[in-house]
Parts: sequence; C-alpha cells; structure tokens
Amino acid sequence: MEKAIVLGCSALGAGIAMIAGLGPGIGQGYAAGKAAEAVGRQPEAAGTVTRTLLTGCAVAESTGIYSLLIALTLIFVNPLVGML
Amino acid sequence: MNGPEILFYIPIFGGLPVTETLRNTWIVMAILILLSLWLTSGMKMQGISKKQVVVEQGVKMLYQMVEDTMGKDKLFFAPYIGTLFLFVLFSNLMGMFAMRAPTADLNTTAGLILIYFMLNQYFAIKCHGLAGRLKGFVEPIPVMLPLNIVGEFSTPISMALRLFGNIASGIVITSLIYQALTWVSNLVFGGITAFPVFAVGIPAVLSIYFDVFTDVMQAYIVTMLTMVFLAMAMD
Repeated sequence: MEKAIVLGCSALGAGIAMIAGLGPGIGQGYAAGKAAEAVGRQPEAAGTVTRTLLTGCAVAESTGIYSLLIALTLIFVNPLVGML
Repeated sequence: MNGPEILFYIPIFGGLPVTETLRNTWIVMAILILLSLWLTSGMKMQGISKKQVVVEQGVKMLYQMVEDTMGKDKLFFAPYIGTLFLFVLFSNLMGMFAMRAPTADLNTTAGLILIYFMLNQYFAIKCHGLAGRLKGFVEPIPVMLPLNIVGEFSTPISMALRLFGNIASGIVITSLIYQALTWVSNLVFGGITAFPVFAVGIPAVLSIYFDVFTDVMQAYIVTMLTMVFLAMAMD
C-alpha cells in the first residue's frame, strides 16, 4: 500500500516536473523571434545571428533539461521507494 | 529504459565492469582512428585527389569557425575543438545503428566536460595569473563571491547534463514510440499476426528529428559552448 502511494506520487511528480518545459519554450520562441527580426534588418549578418541564437537557445534550455532529468529519475531509478 | 548493460568484468581491483557504453566508445574511437588514417593517407602537393580536397575544405572550415568564435590568437585550440565535435557527433549517431549512444551515459559526458574544465582553469590562470584569477571572483563587488564560485562549477555541470539529457531523452522517446506502435498494431491486426506492422517504417521518419537533427545539433552546441566559454575565460 505504502509502495503504491509512493509510486503514484512519483509518477505525478514526474508529470508536474515537466511543466518546467514551458519556460524554455517561451524563452526560445522569444529569442527566435528576435533573431528573425535581426536577420530581417541585417540580412548580411545572418550567420552570426544564427550562431548566437543557437548558443543562447542551448543555454536557455538548461532548466528544461534539469526538469527532464528529475522526471527520468523519478520514473526509472526512483530513489523514494528505497526509503520505505 | 534501462541503464547500459554490463558486458563482462576485467578481473583486476576486484572486477572492473565493462559496460555497453565503454564498448561503443571503443568502437567510435576505432572508427575515428581508421577514418583519419584513411583520409590522410597519400596526401600530395600536386594533382590532389577528390578525397584530399574534401578533407582540406573541412579543416579550413574548422579553423575559420574557431577564428570567428575565439579570435585569431586562440587558433591552437582548433585540433581539440575538431576532435571534440567529431567524437560527440559519432557517439550521438551510434544510436541510429541500434547501438546505445555513449553520450547517453552521464559518465561519458562528464568525462568530456572534465577535459574542458581542466583546460578552462589552466588557461584562465595562465592568461590572468593566479592573483588576477582569484581577484576575478570578487568582482564586481565582494558580495558576489559565493555566486561566482557557484557559477564556476554550474557551467560545466549544466553542459554535461545538457548533452546527456538530450541524447537520453531521445532513447526514451524512441522506445515509447516503438511501444505505442506495437500496441496499435496488436489492436488492429491482433487477430491476424503478432508482428508489429506499424513499427516498420514509421519510426524511421520520426527518428530524422529525434536522432539525426538533435544529435548533430547537440554536437554543434557542445563544441560551440566549449569555444565560447574557453574564449571568455581567457579574455
């Protein structure tokens, strides 16, 4: 019974953790929009803008990756079950 | 999704486990060594072959990229950057050949980033001197000291976790797709055959995004971030 509760709450927790995917999505979309604007204004700088955009997006993605790792940990290598 | 399988133990120090990750890393290393030997064999000054033209163009592009990103005085990083890119690219693409990608293991990515971290510390001290380096921690105001120290370690940790998370999530998504397609084919053709009809062909289309695109992108991003952070630490 206790194990069932812990497992169920871990699955819920994994789902809730992935809500953090919202943040990088909004941030990267905003950055991509600004990059499109910049290329529209200065088409000759397209290479530099794209490079900067990709690097920035990769850094902005960190929080999403952290939440993904927490979700994966909760599902596949649940540390909470061992505490029972 | 399971962790990498342990294939056998090396009987020293009470048994060192050799995992799938380690075996696939050796395969990648063998491919890279043989490829470099083949590509650099028979190089000439006059009447060059098509192979040599392609290789020279690739090396030129690498040096151009390092120069654009890091500056002309740091061109000596180009071999390291190129090796890092090729190793991460080939490791990521292993997943396409039904082998577990070595980069889907945190040990591999942490090892790669450890190399970067050591280089970063060495060149930061070499360029600024030990006193200048320590002084950098209390800038712009001394209150920032704890934040600067945390920032020094969080950058490499997040780089390792980013590569690992992206590739591992690709494996998870691929296995979920296969499970779902098997379930659907059992639902539709369950009475006729046990063979998962839908699991043929459809995953290949999806893996263009989840495997090829993500893998090439992550290899590029890791090298790019390494270059940017190394250049930042030295300037």
